[in-house]
Parts: sequence; structure tokens; C-alpha cells
Amino acid sequence: MPAVSKGDGMRGLAVFISDIRNCKSKEAEIKRINKELANIRSKFKGDKALDGYSKKKYVCKLLFIFLLGHDIDFGHMEAVNLLSSNKYTEKQIGYLFISVLVNSNSELIRLINNAIKNDLSSRNPTFMCLALHCIANVGSREMAEAFAGEIPRILVAGDTMDSVKQSAALCLLRLYKASPDLVLMGEWTSRVVHLLNDQHMGVVTAAISLITCLSSKNPDEFKTCVSLAVSRLSRIVSSASTDLQDYTYYFVPAPWLSCKLLRLLQCYPPPEDGAVKGRLVECLETILNKAQEPPKSKKVQHSNAKNAILFEAISLIIHYDSEPNLLVRACNQLGQFLQHRETNLRYLALESMCTLASSEFSHEAVKTHIETVINALKTERDVSVRQRAADLLYAMCDRSNAKQIVAEMLSYLETADYSIREEMVLKVAILAEKYAVDYSWYVDTILNLIRIAGDYVSEEVWYRVIQIVINRDDVQGYAAKTVFEALQAPACHENMVKVGGYILGEFGNLIAGDPRSSPLVQFNLLHSKFHLCSVPTRALLLSAYIKFINLFPETKATIQEVLRSDSQIRNSDVELQQRAVEYLKLSSIASTDVLATVLEEMPPFPERESSILAKLKKKKGPGAVSVELEDGKERGDYNGSTPSPSADLLGLRSAAPVSGAAPSAGSLLVDVFSEAGPAAASAGVNDDGFLSSAPTSAASEDPAPPLPESDELLNKFVCKNNGVLFENQLLQIGIKSEYRQNLGRMYLFYGNKTSVQFVSFSTTVSCPGELQSHILQLEPLVEGGAQVQQVINIECLTDFVDAPLLNIKFRYGGALQNISLKLPVTINKFFQPTEMAAADFFQRWKQLSQPQQEAQKIFKASHGMDTEVLKAKLLGLGTALLENVDPNPENYVCAGVIQTKAQQVGCLLRLEPNAQAQMYRLTLRSSKDTVSQRVCDLLAEQF
Amino acid sequence: KWYMQFDDDEKQKLIEEVHAVVTVRDAKHTNFVEFRNFKIIYRRYAGLYFCICVDVTDNNLAYLEGIHNFVEVLNEYFHNVCELDLVFNFYKVYTVVDEMFLAGEIRETSQTKVLKQLLMLQSLE
Repeated sequence: MPAVSKGDGMRGLAVFISDIRNCKSKEAEIKRINKELANIRSKFKGDKALDGYSKKKYVCKLLFIFLLGHDIDFGHMEAVNLLSSNKYTEKQIGYLFISVLVNSNSELIRLINNAIKNDLSSRNPTFMCLALHCIANVGSREMAEAFAGEIPRILVAGDTMDSVKQSAALCLLRLYKASPDLVLMGEWTSRVVHLLNDQHMGVVTAAISLITCLSSKNPDEFKTCVSLAVSRLSRIVSSASTDLQDYTYYFVPAPWLSCKLLRLLQCYPPPEDGAVKGRLVECLETILNKAQEPPKSKKVQHSNAKNAILFEAISLIIHYDSEPNLLVRACNQLGQFLQHRETNLRYLALESMCTLASSEFSHEAVKTHIETVINALKTERDVSVRQRAADLLYAMCDRSNAKQIVAEMLSYLETADYSIREEMVLKVAILAEKYAVDYSWYVDTILNLIRIAGDYVSEEVWYRVIQIVINRDDVQGYAAKTVFEALQAPACHENMVKVGGYILGEFGNLIAGDPRSSPLVQFNLLHSKFHLCSVPTRALLLSAYIKFINLFPETKATIQEVLRSDSQIRNSDVELQQRAVEYLKLSSIASTDVLATVLEEMPPFPERESSILAKLKKKKGPGAVSVELEDGKERGDYNGSTPSPSADLLGLRSAAPVSGAAPSAGSLLVDVFSEAGPAAASAGVNDDGFLSSAPTSAASEDPAPPLPESDELLNKFVCKNNGVLFENQLLQIGIKSEYRQNLGRMYLFYGNKTSVQFVSFSTTVSCPGELQSHILQLEPLVEGGAQVQQVINIECLTDFVDAPLLNIKFRYGGALQNISLKLPVTINKFFQPTEMAAADFFQRWKQLSQPQQEAQKIFKASHGMDTEVLKAKLLGLGTALLENVDPNPENYVCAGVIQTKAQQVGCLLRLEPNAQAQMYRLTLRSSKDTVSQRVCDLLAEQF
Repeated sequence: KWYMQFDDDEKQKLIEEVHAVVTVRDAKHTNFVEFRNFKIIYRRYAGLYFCICVDVTDNNLAYLEGIHNFVEVLNEYFHNVCELDLVFNFYKVYTVVDEMFLAGEIRETSQTKVLKQLLMLQSLE
């Protein structure tokens, strides 16, 4: 065998590569490259025509420079010229350059396609292969258009050389994957399937990839491949290790082809024909038997090749899920691998066993390996192996071993990798709920979960425990006692405080008999955490306090004192302040009966599917086998024993009044207030009906032009709905808004900051034609220090750009105040988030490819580029933030539908941050050009 | 070598990321790493890593041995291959790859057949 010498054939190239390798610094390298580029340029531009050899050499040098990471902007023409050379080496370099550096330069594509066409019809197998490889490497649509008709002909023609057939089959596969609409198999189908019978194993190997892909898309048309594949497989499996000569790899006959055949069969159900099926079962048994034979070689290549086939066979057995005998044998084989010294095998065995666990035939067999798997979870060094072990424990869990598995997973959580904690938490929560016989165990488990991994406990998990406690009265006392004890810890997680606040607020009375947990002790315990908590938790605690007043009248004075304190009643957060004020009033005005009605125990939650499960599925994405078990694929023997009412409850968020008692008591509160004298101002809402915003009688002067800063104010509210809209020395305007479909409702809070009343207070809203608004009139007097609330309803008729104008007029000490603001109503407020999988996203993205459907901006970051902040803003925009869609995890993609009365406008968004340059690229695509542009403009101001 | 469309910046980024996830692993780890929505199967030969990125459902061991089969062909073709051979003959390495893997699939697995074809091409001008 002649060894290839360094760069033989092209001395100049070898010298150049040596030079580059000898460069001591990056600068020297760049200098040398620039010198070479100048040289090549002058050679290409020179008067003297270059011979083929020089052209090849220079094109090859350019290619090398490109592969070093430098841009190449010339030489394409010379490369194309090389394609028409008669010399193989020149043609090869030409094709290589095109394959690596192709761009959709339309003129060149025509020339390239011409050269390919010539080579395809040359009948020279070497040239035909080069041309086919080029198509397979580039795979562009233009090439599919030009050659999708020709290649099947080459593939099945009787006189085509074997090597050309191999290339043609895979070339066609590439074109089919890129442009399935252009590759029509029709008349060729049967002849392509029969390639499985080809004499040449290489042709079968190449063709089977094509056939597998086509079968998975059109199973019916290709179903004749099943019997052919079985007989081919049978011949390989039963051959002696030397029969196949060239195709035997370390004593294993045709391992890759065997795997491919087994994979192809997984596109179909078990063969119906008894003879075919018998033959296949025989093959599978032979493969399992061979795994038990002593190895023919000690080399890892031998065992890997053998096991590659074994794992593929097991996949097929699991896919059929109909042969109990094979399933159990597969499980036993994998059980041996669990203790193998090769990490690869342990990993693959865990992975494969995970799918076996979901089969009713092998579930019990899988369970026998529990100790080994637990051990793997504790001792494996590779985190991915530990993760597979955790997946398997999850999959093999049932009522009989749930306590053990949950306990092991909990203890693993204490040391688990951060990357997998959230998923582990969800899994523990699901298992604990699903297999809870005794709910005190469930409560213990979840509270432990919060204690160990509080940061990774998502809202779904703690909502869920509360729902279950509320729905099951046998566990309420225990829950109250346990959570009370958990709260004693000096540092406990905020999620624990939330659960504690909620549960004690509902069921604190159940443990109040014990002097160690008397009402006041309970209250003091909760309140000692208050100052360490975030606003939502504080809001929840305030609701718990008012519930305490109802449960334990003796705490009323203490709690009222707390509510009355400045830090509550004058809290800068609107929500907290409102709760403190309302609860204080409620507790001092309402009779015990009213109070008891308002603050009644929460009714049971309606039953729905667990949202934790939904969340886990979302996290794992499609193809997550371990979750499949939950998908209604209940195993027979548990069907009877899982009817516990909470087994598959609720999907919270929408229905669960998690923020505490307030929502259920909302309407009642308003009524209480409207009879309550001083607070009436804030309840002025009820006075009048709806009035159109059209000219109101109070307006005596023309509205002022909008404030110069109102555009800036508008931008502030693109991604959020609540906050302070405007403030000067006299007046503060707060806003809260909510949107549903094409409707919006805004609450404006006008606060008089002075001690003097405002008179002739009036407001008007003027909308652009695309919006319609209704405004509730206000009393013309606003007392000093008072706040009045106004409701504005907005309907979006069609998409729009201009925001509505709000004009406020009033007299302060005789002087007319006239203020105009833009109301923060922007088109994105009418977004409905849309969740979709990556494939859907890209399909829709492609569908919106007309230039006017896209709006793009590249801009400098004006704030930090913190991931969480970006995510929050994108969510605030109203779209769904889609995870695992963009191949680049740094990027963000979102999807949503803008709801207007006239139409719905689907909208896709992609934001690509470049942290180095502190720049963003923002791309919007929607079915309506004005929408793309407007959303793009709005959002570009947010980062 | 790329079997899917990416622009040049993305390619560079992918190369860096793959490098980062693969090189930190030691001999006790598996030869498989999850990567984005795919997985990387890799094998180390002295200081050189050969990596192949496949679908998560693909057969790990088959591709692991696919790499080794490829490396044995290189070794035979270049006669005790070393990194320098691959650098100086990069354009020939592409040919070897295309003979064995095309369109992201296995084209030919017989070392004898591949080497015969390569020698035939070698003899052409």
C-alpha cells in the first residue's frame, strides 16, 4: 500500500501550510495569509491564463484559508472552471470548494448545475460520484429542482455501477429531506424497495437509509420492504462470522446494516404474515442468544458492534410490545449490563430499560433491578448516567415501591447537579401524588422537597399541595401541624412560607388547641417571616391574617394593629396597600356573620389533570419516553386501585384562587365599602353606567397636546400592565390593566397629592379609529389626599399604531389644569401566547417568508443583557416564550396571536442577543406587514 | 462537516460549544453527550477527538464504531496516520469522509472497498 506523502501533488500548498504552522503569533499568521491572498488575486487577475494545475493549487489554498476561519470573497469562478476539467484531481478540488463555500449566488448556481449535469451524463463513475456528492453536500432547493427527476433514474438503472448507486441513494435522501415536495418516488417505489435485495451490501447499506426515511413518511407505499428486510436480516444474522468477508467487522457480520434493518422495521407494526413474523422472532432470539455467547475477541470494537445490534433489537422488541418472552429476556440482558464495567453500556442499559418499564410485560422484571439502579444514582461519576438512573427510577415506580424510590430521589436531591434539580423536583412531586396512599406521607414529601430544594420548586408544585390539602379533609390537621413545625426553622424557604400562610390561614384552627401552637403563636410565627418575603408572598400572608381574624377573634386586635401600621397601609406597592386597607376596613366594619361568609374556608377545587405533569412533559419535550407511562397508558393491575379523588386533579392557574381569599370575596368587598362613608371615593365606580368617550359636557377648553414625555411613558408600559403612569406635584395617576382577546380593561387611579380638593375633575379619551373605548364617568370632586378609580374599557377593532389619548382637566385653587397623556395601549397587549413545538415554529416561520411580512431591527443594547430580565420582558410582551426551539440557546423565540375584532394576526418573533457586541437583532414575522413593523418598533425600544 | 444548513457564525459557535462539552469529559464518562436537541458521539485518539452529532434516537454504539471504522481507514490510507497528515491532506480527508458518510448517513462500511476506491482515485491524475 503506497502511503500518501505530505501534500503530494501540490508542493506550493504544502509549503504554504508549513508556513502557516510555523507562524509564532496570530498576527504573523494573518500577515502570511494576506500575502498569499494578494498573490492569488494577482494570479487570477493576471493576463496569463493559468493552467489547470495552478488553478487547482490556488483554489485549494483559498479553501485552506477559509477553513482556518477567514472570509473568502473570490475564487468562486475559478473553482467553477475546475469543474469542467477532465482531470479528476482538478475536478475534485473544484467540487470540494463549491461544497464547502457554496452560497446561493444565482449566476454561479446555473454554471455549477450545468457542470453537474455534464458529469452525471458522462457515464464516468468517478465523475458521476463527484457530482452526486456535491449535490448531497449542498442539498439546495435549486439543485433539487434541477436533479430530483434525474437521480432516481440513475439509482435504479440496471447498468449503473454499485458505487454510483450508493451515492445516488443518499443524494436523493438529502434532497428529499430538504425539499420533499420535489422528490416524487411514484413509479420508482418498488424498484427502490428491491434494492434491499441487492447483491452488493454497500448498496443495501446506503439504500436502506433512504428507504427508512421514505417509509416513515409514507408507510403504506413502502410496506413491501418489511418482508424483504426480514429476509435480509435473517441471512446476515444466521451467517457465520466469516461469510460476509468485507462486511464483517471484528467478527460481527455487517453490524451497521443489521442495525439499519432493525431500525427500518421499527417504522411498522409486527408483520402480519405468520411466516415472516416467525422468521423475525427467530432472528431476535438469535441476537439475544449471541449476547450470551463468549466473545470472539477481547477488543471493545467487537463487543460494541455486537451490542449495537443487540440494543437495536431490543428497541424493536419494545416497539412491538407484544412478545412477553422476548421482553423479559431483553430486560434480563440489560440487567447484566447495569453492572458492566463499561460506562457506555451501563448508560445505554439504563436508557433502554426506561422504555421497558412502561411495558406491562416487562414492568415487573425491570423492578427487580431497583437496588442496582439506586446504587447507580448514588455512585455513578458521570452526571448523564445518574440522570438516566433517575429517569429509570421514575419509570419503574409504582405503588409497591413508591416510598422507597421517592425517599431515594429526595436524598439524591440534596447533592444533585443543579442542571437536573428542577426536573427531579417535578418527578418527586408527581410520584408522591400519584402513589400516595396516605396523604400525610404526601404532605411530608412535598414539604421536604421545599426544604431541600426550595429554589427549584415551581409554583405548580406548591399550588398542587394546597389543592390536595383543601380537597382532602383527612390530611388538613396533619398538614397544619407539619407546616407549623417546618416554619420553626430559622431559615426557611419562601415557598414554605407561602404554603404555611395558606394552610394555617385555612386550617390553623385545627392545631390551635395546643398551647404551643395557639393562634397568637401561629400568627407571630408567620409574621416573623413577613419582612423577608417578596411582594406576592406578603400579599398572600395579608390574606392569611384576615382569615385569622375570622378563625380566631382573639387575634383581631393584634392583626389590626399590624394592618394599620404605616408599612402596610401606606405601602408603596399598590396591591399590598389595597389589601391592607380593605382587610382593615373589612375587619372593623363587617359583622361576624358577614366576616364568616366572606372568609369561609376555600371550597374544594374541581378535578383536572395535574399541571405538574404538563410542565414535566413540556420540559422533556417530545420523545421523552419516561413520561409516556403517565399518558393514560395505565397498566392493567393498577387500574382498579387508583381511583383516589386527587389522583389526577386540577390544572390550577386559571381556576385556583392562589392569591388568597381576596378574589372570592371581591364583589362583596366593594359592596361593604360603598356603604362605608369615607372610603366611598374609591368605589365611585358603581355610580353611572357606561358612557361613550365622545365629547363630555365638562370639557370647556380644548384638550392640551400630549406631554412631550408621553411617548417615553408609552414605551415603559409595553411589557408591563401596572405602574405609575404619570406624576407631578398635584396629581399621581396609577394604572392597572388587563387584557383578554381583543378586549382590555384599564383601572386608572387618580391620586390627589394636595390637601385641597380638585373641582370640575373630568377626563376624556380619544381613540384612533381602530380602537373603541368606553369610559366610566367620575364625580367632579376629588378631595384632598383622596384617590379615585376610573375604569376604561377598550376594544381593538383592527391593528393600530397610535395610542389613545387621555385628557384630564380639573381646577386646583381656581387654576385650570389640562394634561394630555398617551394611554399605554399598544398592539402587543392583544397578544394571546401560542405554545408550539420547534417543527411547527419553523414551518410557520417559513410560511411567512415574504419580505413585507418580516420586520427586522439591529440595535444596541440600552440595558443590561441579563437572561432573566430579557425573558420577563418577552413574557410581558404577551407572547409565549418557546424553549428548545432555536438551535442556539442564546436566542429567544416567541409566538403569539394578536386578537382584533376584524382578524387574528399570527406573529413569530426571534431575538438574537450578541453579548460581545452588546447588540441585538430582532426579527418579527406576521401575516400582516403593519403588525410586524409595529411590534418590531415597540419591542426594539425595550432592550 | 455539515449536513444541515447553518450560517458561518453559527457554525463557528457550534464548533466552540462542541469543543467545550467534549474536552472536559474524562475516560470514566460515557462517549455520549447530549447536545442541544441532539447527541454527540465521540472517540478520542491521542490528542484528537472525532465527534459525530446524531439524533437522540440514533444507535450510539453503531456510530461509535462508525468513527472507529473511519479512523482505521484513515490509518491504512495514510499509513499510520497522524494529525499532520490530516492537515496537509485536508482535501483528501474530505474524499474519505464522502466515501464512508454521505448526506449524514453511512454510505459504505467495508474498509476493503473504501481503500480500493481511494487507491483508484489516487492513481488518477
